[in-house]
Formats: sequence, C-alpha cells, structure tokens
Amino acid sequence: MTKLLSRRKLITSGLAATAGASGLAVAVRLAGRYGLIPPDHGGIYGPGETLTYAAHRLLTRHSLAREFSRSQISNPPFANEIAPPGDHFKRLQTDGFKDWRLSVEGLVAQPASLSLDDVKRFPASRQITEIACEEGWSYVAEWVGTPLVDVLRAAGIMPQARYVVYFSIEKAWWESVDMADALHPQTLLAYAMNGGDLPVAFGGPLRLRVPRQLGYKSVKFINRLAVTDSLKPFGKGLGSAAPEGGYAWYAGI
Amino acid sequence: MAESAALPGLAIPGSSISDVPRHSAVVRVTHWVMTLSFVGLLVSGVAILLSHPRLYWGETGAAGAPSLIDLPLPFVLANQNGWGRHLHFLSAWVLVLNGLLYALSGFLTQHFRKNLLPAKSDLTWRSFSQVISRHVRLQRPDAEEARTYNVLQRITYLVVVFGLFPLVIWTGLAMSPAITSVAPVLVTVFGGQQSARTIHFFVSCFLLLFLFVHIGMICLAGFGNRVRSMITGHTALGKEEA
Repeated sequence: MTKLLSRRKLITSGLAATAGASGLAVAVRLAGRYGLIPPDHGGIYGPGETLTYAAHRLLTRHSLAREFSRSQISNPPFANEIAPPGDHFKRLQTDGFKDWRLSVEGLVAQPASLSLDDVKRFPASRQITEIACEEGWSYVAEWVGTPLVDVLRAAGIMPQARYVVYFSIEKAWWESVDMADALHPQTLLAYAMNGGDLPVAFGGPLRLRVPRQLGYKSVKFINRLAVTDSLKPFGKGLGSAAPEGGYAWYAGI
Repeated sequence: MAESAALPGLAIPGSSISDVPRHSAVVRVTHWVMTLSFVGLLVSGVAILLSHPRLYWGETGAAGAPSLIDLPLPFVLANQNGWGRHLHFLSAWVLVLNGLLYALSGFLTQHFRKNLLPAKSDLTWRSFSQVISRHVRLQRPDAEEARTYNVLQRITYLVVVFGLFPLVIWTGLAMSPAITSVAPVLVTVFGGQQSARTIHFFVSCFLLLFLFVHIGMICLAGFGNRVRSMITGHTALGKEEA
C-alpha cells in the first residue's frame, strides 16, 4: 500500500515537475519570440529585469507619456553635470553646429548623413514632458524636435529591424531602444527646449528624448543612429553603456 | 512533531508541553519569503536614496529647487547605485508575487476573516485599554494569546497588510514613467511624482518601525518559541519563557 502510494506520488510529482519545466521553457521561448527579453537578461538580477521589461512591453506598447501644461514647466530646469566638451565638439560649436552631422546607418534602405537643418526640415513635434533621473530628481520642460520615427521612415526601415542604437559624440555614451520606443510618437530628436535652441548643458545641439524612460536614456549630443536586428555586436552586447556601468538597459522602471 | 523532529536544534523537549498548530504552511512560507524580499528592498532603498537624499512635494524637484526635507545623509552613491536599483526591482517582484499568493490564500482559506479581523466584542475601549496596559507594563502574553492574536495585533497586521504594503507598492509604481503613461491616475492622485516618492519614503519608514516593534514583541513573548512556530507551524504552550 505504501509502495503503491509512494509510486503514485512519484509519478504525480514527476509529471508536475515536467509540466512546470516545460511550461517555463515555453514561456521563455514565447517571450523571446515576442521580444519580451531584454539584452541584459543574464546574471542574478536578470529575472527581475526580464519581468519588468516583459510586463511593460505587454502593457505600455502604445501608451503616451504624461504631458503637462505650460504653467508646469520647471523654471529653471536642472542642468545635470556634463563632461567637459572635447576639442572636436568645441570646433563644431564655434561654427554654430553648421557642420554637425547625424548619420543614419544599419538596416535602412538609404543610409544618410543629416545636418541639423535636414533634421529640422521634418515637421516639428512639441511636447511638455517630465524628465526623471534615476537618482530621484526631475523637471518638466518643453522640447521641440523631429520624431525619430520620421527620420527612420525616410531612411527606409528594413523589416528585420528590432532595435535602434544611438550614439553621443561622447564616446562612452550610447544607448538603444526597441522598436516600440523607436517608433513611438513621443520619441524625439530634440533640437529646441523651452522656446530656444537646445542649450549645450541640456544636450544641444541634438538630444534623443525618450519620455517613457528615465533620464539616462535621453542621450545628449546625438550624432549617430544605427538600426539593427541584434545588439550583440555593440559594446559588450548588453544593449547599451548603462548595463556595462551596472544599470538596467530598460529604464521605464 | 514530525516537522520539529526534522529540525533537531529546534525540537521541543519533553512531551508534557502541549503542542498546538499555530501557522499554516502558506503563512509560514510567504512570511519568510517576504522577510527576505523586504530586507532586500530596505538595503537597496537606502542605497538608492543616498544618491539624492532630498525629498520634494508636487510634480518636480531637483537641486536648486525648494525641497520638503533635506535628509541629513551624504550624497555618496552618485553613479554607483546600479546594484541597488537591480536589487530593489528584483526584490519588489518577489514581494509583489509573494504578497499576491498570501492575499489570495488568506481570502480563500478565510485566514483574514478568522484570524485577523477583530471580533466586534473586542472593538471596545475597555478591551483596547486592557491590551494596551498589558503592553505598557511589558507583560508576557497568556496562554490564550499564544494561540491567537489580540485586538491590537489584529488591527496592526490589517493596517500593514492592506494599508502600508499596497501604498508602498502603489507609490513605487507611481514613479515609473512607463506605468504612469498607461494609468496617469496612479500618480496624479498623489499630486505628482515627487509627492509619490516622498510618500514612498515615509511609508517605508512606517514599515521599518513595524519591523522593530514586531521583533521587540517577539523577544518579549519568547523569541525561540515564536520563531519556531513560524518555521514549524507549531507552538509550545507553557514554553513562553523560552
């Protein structure tokens, strides 16, 4: 009797374990297929990052970041510390950034090298949104720029595109977003802020605004975009500079 | 007895002591998982706070803008709190999923109704003052209280389970620009993101206060027996002096 019971128990728990393991395997495969696994999913903190990214992607694909009224604009906005600009940047700055170039590369039909005037030729989009730093502080400002989606569409996005990697003129600073954020109407190549040109202290002449994520995803001094199907070839393959410095790639928190 | 025998260090000596069931398996497992995740959240929360130990009220706030409180802490962890953020969100997932399991089971098994909801007869000033005066005089609980919770405990646990924890999770979500893009009301009810952050901090302080009092009361009631009963599920009556 005990033998029978223990055998039955063995079979049931064996079946349950198999079902659990295969269920998890199926979930992981489905998550991979629907782009719910972030590039920095490894390590002990990986499960937390993966759950957050997957949950946010299922819930927030098309939602719009909160917008504010003009009276809520922070005055003055807080200019976070930036590294002293290099000689190359200073030379460009003396000429009023007329030689600034934004290169559009990777999985696009027509790679391009755009001047600031080329970027400004697209219909302008304006937003009054909040930028929140991972440290805890935040401010509201008005940004004007070209939606990233317009620049990408003009270059012809190839169907296998999954991420857009964007680079600052500061070598150590680069980030990437998935296509949900890259094609999002509020993701802006911002060139103006609070009624004037985007100041250098806030990332001028060109900053990518990603208002549904924390401030460190809004990289300053953008000069290169690369459309890609894989983040493996970039840096250590973790998606951006943030995970290499110990921070999460996805920062919608 | 079977479970305590499996833990020799915690075995109850002698058979004269009556051994009564105290906590269900779900309550015990979720209690310790929650303890672990709460410690993770606390440590990482401090690490995150140390990168900007100022609190604001309203939508925005930054250095140079008026603050509500400048905590007397150094700004020491700028650009090195990545581990804290990772640990905070991982622990938060554990806490939330574990909490859902606990709440679901608590409703299904009627644990909340039977063990946490105070009896109407206990909701009188007389009953309150009795319990409070026993606490003030640091009296050990009697045998009856080893089996069940007194009215003060019941109300405290209900406030923690259905008040403080939901509020700390809610204010945490209210700081997420992606989550509030779906449900702006999560943050607007608090009057802005910085208010949510400030409330998150104070609710965490209340939870920490609860933790201190909780541990203090356990020491007073008999640390060994209380911890053992939360591990094995059984309590030894008459062993409150342990």
